[in-house]
Amino acid sequence: MSYTAKDPEKRPLLALVDQASPPDVAAYERGGGFRGLRRVLAGMSPAEVVEEVQKSKLRGRGGAGFNTGLKWSFVPKETQKQRKKYIVANGDEMEPGTFKDRMLVEGNPLQLIEGMIIAAYAIQATHGVIFLRGEYHLGLERLKIAVEQAKAAGFLGTKILGADFDFELIVHPSGGRYICGEETALITALEGRRANPRTKPPFPQVSGLWGLPTVVNNIETFSNVPHILANGIDWYLGLSACDDGGTKLYGISGRARRPGVYELPLGTRMGVLLEECAGGMQDGYKLRAFLPGGASTAFLGAEHADIVMDYATPEKAGSRLGTGLAILLDDRASPIGMIRNLEHFFAQESCGFCTPCRDGLPWVEKLLIEIDEGRGTPDDIARLEDAARLIGPMGRTFCAHAPGAIAPLASGLKLFREDFERLVAQGRPSEGASPAQGHAA
Amino acid sequence: MATIYIDGRAVEARNGENLLQACLEAGTDLPYFCWHPELGSVGACRQCAVKQFQNADDKRGRIVMACMTPATEGAIISVDDPEAKEFRGEVVEWLMTNHPHDCPVCEEGGECHLQDMTVMTGHRERRFKFDKRTHKNQDLGPLVKHEMNRCIACYRCVRFYRDYAGGEDLGVFAQHNNVYFGRYESGTLESTFSGNLVEVCPTGVFTDKPFSKVYSRKWDMRGAPSVCQHCSVGCNTILNERAGKVRRTLNRYNEDVNRYFLCDRGRYGNGFVNAPSRLRSAGYVMDGQMTPVPVAQALEQFAAFAKDGPIVGIGSGRASIESNYALRRFVGADNFSTGWAEPLHGAVTRAVDILRTTSARVMPLHEMESADCVLVLGEDVAATAPRLSLALFQTRRTACNKLADKNRLPHWLDAPVRTLGSDLKAPIHVVTPAPTDMDVSATQALRALPDDIARLGFAIANRIDGAAPAVSDLTEEETARATALADALLVAEKPVIVSGTQYASTALLDAAANIAAALVTQGKAAGLTLVLPEANSFGVATMGGLSLDAVCERAQAGQVGTLVVMEADLTRQLDASAFDTLVRSVRHLVVIDHSVTPTAERGELVVPATAFSECGGTMISMEGRAQRFLQVVYPEAPLQVSWRWVRDFAHASGHEGVLDWETLDQAVAATAAGVPAFARIVEAAPKADYELEGEHIRSQTHRVSGRTAIRANISVRDIPPPTSPDTPLKSDMEGTYTTDMPATLIPFYQVPGWNSVQSLNKFQQEIGGELRGGDVGVRVIGERGTAGYAGVAPARMALRENEVLLLPEYRAFGTGETSMWSDPIKARATEAVIRVGGDAPVARVSIQIGAEVFDVPAVNDPALPLGVALCPPHMVARSYEAPCWVTLRTISAEAAA
Ligand SMILES: Cc1cc2nc3c(=O)[nH]c(=O)nc-3n(C[C@H](O)[C@H](O)[C@H](O)COP(=O)(O)O)c2cc1C
Ligand code: SF4
Ligand code: SF4
Ligand code: SF4
Ligand code: FES
Repeated sequence: MSYTAKDPEKRPLLALVDQASPPDVAAYERGGGFRGLRRVLAGMSPAEVVEEVQKSKLRGRGGAGFNTGLKWSFVPKETQKQRKKYIVANGDEMEPGTFKDRMLVEGNPLQLIEGMIIAAYAIQATHGVIFLRGEYHLGLERLKIAVEQAKAAGFLGTKILGADFDFELIVHPSGGRYICGEETALITALEGRRANPRTKPPFPQVSGLWGLPTVVNNIETFSNVPHILANGIDWYLGLSACDDGGTKLYGISGRARRPGVYELPLGTRMGVLLEECAGGMQDGYKLRAFLPGGASTAFLGAEHADIVMDYATPEKAGSRLGTGLAILLDDRASPIGMIRNLEHFFAQESCGFCTPCRDGLPWVEKLLIEIDEGRGTPDDIARLEDAARLIGPMGRTFCAHAPGAIAPLASGLKLFREDFERLVAQGRPSEGASPAQGHAA
Repeated sequence: MATIYIDGRAVEARNGENLLQACLEAGTDLPYFCWHPELGSVGACRQCAVKQFQNADDKRGRIVMACMTPATEGAIISVDDPEAKEFRGEVVEWLMTNHPHDCPVCEEGGECHLQDMTVMTGHRERRFKFDKRTHKNQDLGPLVKHEMNRCIACYRCVRFYRDYAGGEDLGVFAQHNNVYFGRYESGTLESTFSGNLVEVCPTGVFTDKPFSKVYSRKWDMRGAPSVCQHCSVGCNTILNERAGKVRRTLNRYNEDVNRYFLCDRGRYGNGFVNAPSRLRSAGYVMDGQMTPVPVAQALEQFAAFAKDGPIVGIGSGRASIESNYALRRFVGADNFSTGWAEPLHGAVTRAVDILRTTSARVMPLHEMESADCVLVLGEDVAATAPRLSLALFQTRRTACNKLADKNRLPHWLDAPVRTLGSDLKAPIHVVTPAPTDMDVSATQALRALPDDIARLGFAIANRIDGAAPAVSDLTEEETARATALADALLVAEKPVIVSGTQYASTALLDAAANIAAALVTQGKAAGLTLVLPEANSFGVATMGGLSLDAVCERAQAGQVGTLVVMEADLTRQLDASAFDTLVRSVRHLVVIDHSVTPTAERGELVVPATAFSECGGTMISMEGRAQRFLQVVYPEAPLQVSWRWVRDFAHASGHEGVLDWETLDQAVAATAAGVPAFARIVEAAPKADYELEGEHIRSQTHRVSGRTAIRANISVRDIPPPTSPDTPLKSDMEGTYTTDMPATLIPFYQVPGWNSVQSLNKFQQEIGGELRGGDVGVRVIGERGTAGYAGVAPARMALRENEVLLLPEYRAFGTGETSMWSDPIKARATEAVIRVGGDAPVARVSIQIGAEVFDVPAVNDPALPLGVALCPPHMVARSYEAPCWVTLRTISAEAAA
């Protein structure tokens, strides 16, 4: 059985994705595109759209997994004429090991655009922004072309498809920081200010961009929307292997035979993903542990290699589905080196607003370097444990960056305790250490 | 009120406040950094963590940030919870990872919030064993020092500077533990409020640069409550002294006026008290040479002068009312002058008359912050009363707060409230002849000439209430402007009209008063504020007196024997020839002043007065608030307060019995009795015999060091501490000191465990509210007067062909008198430049003001009409102060080259 064949019935998200040459409006429509939008504008009320999306049990694909329709329902019910509102696609995708949104914007940008137009109608937004990772040059170019095409074809602008509905969409490349992916920091960045996260509540749905109602969804989330509206709730729920609706872009990186992105029913087992899609581990490597959904999810040991990758199960096992793109740790790599690399990233990407993250994470990184390079002491392990305990729980820091950063550390300290202790006892650099990196100051 | 439980103790919390405020108000010490009582909460430092429990059964609880959590009814929290305590200790440890720990050489040391909080959390063992990152410091100009390594990234500085004060040249750069707070490159901080960074920053990053040169630890300095002398706002300050020298000025909280912040002129303008320009001995001028003379001889001399005909006294808006009253009493009301030449004399007199009688409310600064429409009519408030402009800027925040109410967000939740109001401008309408610093934040900034602004004002009043005097020949544009502004004021609930004496125009003041009065007839809670030229202009104008012009006339008529000029420099009012004529036409010129002014240089007899740091007295601010300043320095003879010189002159010249005051209390009482309007000034502060719990209040901390060593080079004997009959404060460390001291006597803020200015919390009944020690200052005007409309609209101002209308361009730094004897302000002031209207580039102008011709650098300003030029008062022509027509010749850039 092939997990990559184009199949609009089973794998709608990737069905029209063409990395070499994304479909233009005509090709997109031929493949079923804009059916959802046409149906919406032909007679559904905004509230009906919200309800349908809510009932489809589409949950956010950006990492937190919040019910998308429910999120939209928090937007004050005002028409476009009454108040400006915004819809924002989060394409920052700087999570190490996550590279799914890139496929969607490069391979089928119109699908995202259609999803955003439908969402805009649902919340009566007037303006939309696609916030794209700065390094996604190709995606940026293709998105810009697609926006122009959609405009030319009357899907953007005023009186869309003859309905009493106007919507403008722009693409905005990120200045390039991980924190810009955090939705409130993203909004602040869009305002032209320093990308610091904001206090919640008030949630962006009520007070977002320039204080106006704003919905931020992940690119994959939006890309699901046209299919729900085109094919209905039942069809969408039927795609899934679990309680929630739809397919999911899963992925694997690390020492697998075929690392990559795969569209599978939501709730597919890790075993299917790793063994069948990715072809299992490369010769000579065994799976030691993995981060199920990006760098900011906790390690799961090899005993979870066949875990159900829905929203609930990884959480029960102490981790999260996150972005759904797993990073593998094999038996020949140094777990300390891997954690060191991750914490280097998180320390560097701390926005600097709150103390535990700003000053705690660089300390964590320095301790890991110390241990990784054979200069560690038992005290250093104790300090790491302190940090994990004190920074990790939600609410200790201003945003979720730091708890995310602590997830691989805290779980790693438990899972790889012996490695830590051995390194400290030996006083030698770890073997198979991941390539050394620059240090966050 | 909501009942909350802090570690099992039930306490009352104010509705809508946060848990941090509630804890502090309940007397529970909870450490914090990023929260600031006036700036609200942002949740950055995570220092204020407490454990919150859902209900009585919840034993696990959850760590929350107290500053970000509302104190809701029944909230159960624990400050002592071990997990919360451990976390707070760890926060300090994190903050310290890169902190230089250079307390011994840090100027914040001993009054450092970071030190206090470190001790409070109990963090003492350093476990971070790695190298510290370091930053480069910047040169931020003459006022503020920068030592970035000490930063703990609490974000207060940028929040004050940008959000609260509207500054733009200070920001946050970079990320993670490399965040940097500074300018994009070295350079003088542009804000007029930059000095507040010194107090806002909880560490030694931003410190007081001039203070650095005469540095002393907080605990080694004497403190005294004082009142700023540099404009009519009357901000409350604390002066610090050591070894006879004033070292620095700090903010002193006054709930209604300046609250937590001062302007830089006020903070850095007091250096004049130590400057070489001070007059330190009596002198006798002959042939332009001053010869010091003993006091007895000076008094004899005066007695001799007094025989040569009538004595005329010139008072001053920079002297206390006691001194002014003493002079008036000595020379007689008919021979007393306010020291202002026309047209300023008329304008100030009219302004104060309006303030005393208006049916609108003369609002303190804090009250104006919640105005929903402000009309600034012909006054560059940012220059003439800087702190007022900062207060008016807060009207924008009030508008944000209203949106917050709609969205049910507490006002202290700073960032979301600001976000809600992202699109809002301050509800301020500026109508001035020239651009002002308030324009950027204002809803609109309109330009018109002074008389045309007055016309507009009259028209607005008439639009609001038809009974107000009308303007006959309005143009369509004028009508449209007047209607729009009247409408804006009428939709407001709390409109405020702001004007002042900058253009010395009574018509403008009448116009402002009429608008305010008209709004009152429409049932509005309207406010009126008029900015006056000096700190005590209100007091002097209330007493009243001759204009300087009248004095000149009398002198020329040979009716002045001796002219006594008290704390005034007539060359700022009279041009060179008028001044010269005056001096020549009086027989004797006697000058009482603390500094050597050009007037003093011409004095036949000159005697040294104390500066405000060396005596006590009462000043009346533009809102009619009488405030007492106390001495922090104990000066040595012959320096004495002006009223004592006047008294001694009176006695020497045989006027026994007119003035028998020995103490400040007697001076205050006599003034209050002599001027009915001042009856309440006796309440402005406790008398010199005031005792709390049987003891005087001390003005030194109990940790003062080097009490004898400091003068060991002179004598090793222990000398008794200096005393003064004029202050209730004891000069040394013996005495009482509590948080319940009368608010007017607070010499410094410090309580055990709280050594920084943050200890202010302990002196307040509630955060940001009234002081435990009661009010500061008493108002000498009633709640509301009954004055009707007054004045007539002037004719439209026609520009002239061969002359240019020269308008006074006041500056926060440069046009003040005493502040320009202060080095930091001198350094901050920029060169005098004439701004010439029109598009044609100019390099210099040659300008004739009065009889003198000045050749000065100039620039053209397209925002000004052709035929108008701006000139900073006193910086080009010494006396230039009010609009006048001048001949001006421009020299273009090429010609200049
Ligand atoms: C540090 C941090 C980085 C994040 N980066 C991304 C990102 O790159 N892309 C994304 O979609 N969501 C990211 N998120 C999650 C967003 O804040 C937000 O939850 C998401 O965009 C909501 O979309 P969804 O409901 O469609 O998942 C990040 C969150 C945090 C705390
Ligand atoms: S946890 Fe704090 S410092 Fe870290 S990214 Fe979030 S707000 Fe910034
Ligand atoms: S410079 Fe001072 S006020 Fe600014 S962030 Fe640093 S410690 Fe806070
Ligand atoms: S606003 Fe006026 S009174 Fe206040 S500090 Fe500044 S100069 Fe002094
Ligand atoms: S004071 Fe509460 S987080 Fe800083």
